[in-house]
Amino acid sequence: MTDAPMPLWEVFIRAKAGLAHRHVGSVHAADPEMALQAARDVYTRRGEGVSLWVVPSAAITASDPGDEAALFEPATAKPYRHPTFYTMPKEVGDM
Amino acid sequence: MPITLFDYVLGLADDALVLGHRLSEWCGHAPLLEEELALANIGLDLIGQARALYDYAGALEGKGRDQDALAYLRDAPQYSNLLLVEQPNGDFAMTMARQFLYAAYAAPFWRATAGSKDATLARIAVEAQHQADYHLRHAGEWLVRLGDGTAESRRRAQGTLDALWPYTGELFESNEMVAAFVADGLAADPAPIRAGWNKTVDAVLAEATLTRPADSWMQTGGRRGRHSEHLGYLLAELQFLQRAYPGAGW
Repeated sequence: MTDAPMPLWEVFIRAKAGLAHRHVGSVHAADPEMALQAARDVYTRRGEGVSLWVVPSAAITASDPGDEAALFEPATAKPYRHPTFYTMPKEVGDM
Repeated sequence: MPITLFDYVLGLADDALVLGHRLSEWCGHAPLLEEELALANIGLDLIGQARALYDYAGALEGKGRDQDALAYLRDAPQYSNLLLVEQPNGDFAMTMARQFLYAAYAAPFWRATAGSKDATLARIAVEAQHQADYHLRHAGEWLVRLGDGTAESRRRAQGTLDALWPYTGELFESNEMVAAFVADGLAADPAPIRAGWNKTVDAVLAEATLTRPADSWMQTGGRRGRHSEHLGYLLAELQFLQRAYPGAGW
């Protein structure tokens, strides 16, 4: 049974209605239903959420760490894209 | 056979404690980390049910016995759990088949008991019902994969199903006192629970491509304290600390 490694699944939990699902970790399981049960048993023992997603890890396309400079450095030169760049009128109060 | 509501509740508590203890025996031995946590989770659900039921049984009896006194200071003949739940873990297929056969009964049993006129029993049943639903789903999905898996997993699943089948008749036994509790609206009627159990078992076994064993001679006696030899060993481990160091706490 343990001779062939089981596929890896990434686990996402929605903490409560209205929030996005967040990545919390991964489990090994043979198929989607078993992955969902494993995720429930491993990651929701302390009331962590109200909804679960499991996604085959192999289905994720990841960026290459070698491309980090080309992909992400251009953004660091554009601080004006951060909302903090602008001064807010006093009347707006806390945002 | 149960003769008072105390006896009836005590039998339910013993079912939950003994099966919960059996699952705890998998700690550190499960085939996968994910399953290690799942079995411990389910075991803890059952031990939680047992604690609530022992509390209530102690109150019904009114002799000052608490959870610990009922769990640790009774010997096998005073235990009235079903014979099914005391059967050894065996291999993973046996643990899953035992869990499935019990959960397929526990889910409709607690659902029916949630409508009890006894408020405490109904409250315990509502919580147990949600737990049993998941236990059934978990064990059922495993049984499908074991039965419809490899030749080896199929052989083991069918073999263990055949071996455990004679212990399933006891799940639905009734007697005069149980019938009286049913008539008073206190206890769940075993007959419709058996119908629900049959439906679940047939559906899952069909999906698992396993053969339902023929109903023939059924084991009985657990509710009257007549147990297989396995219960004594289980209690020896469960009760060792309180027997060796009476009153020890931490």
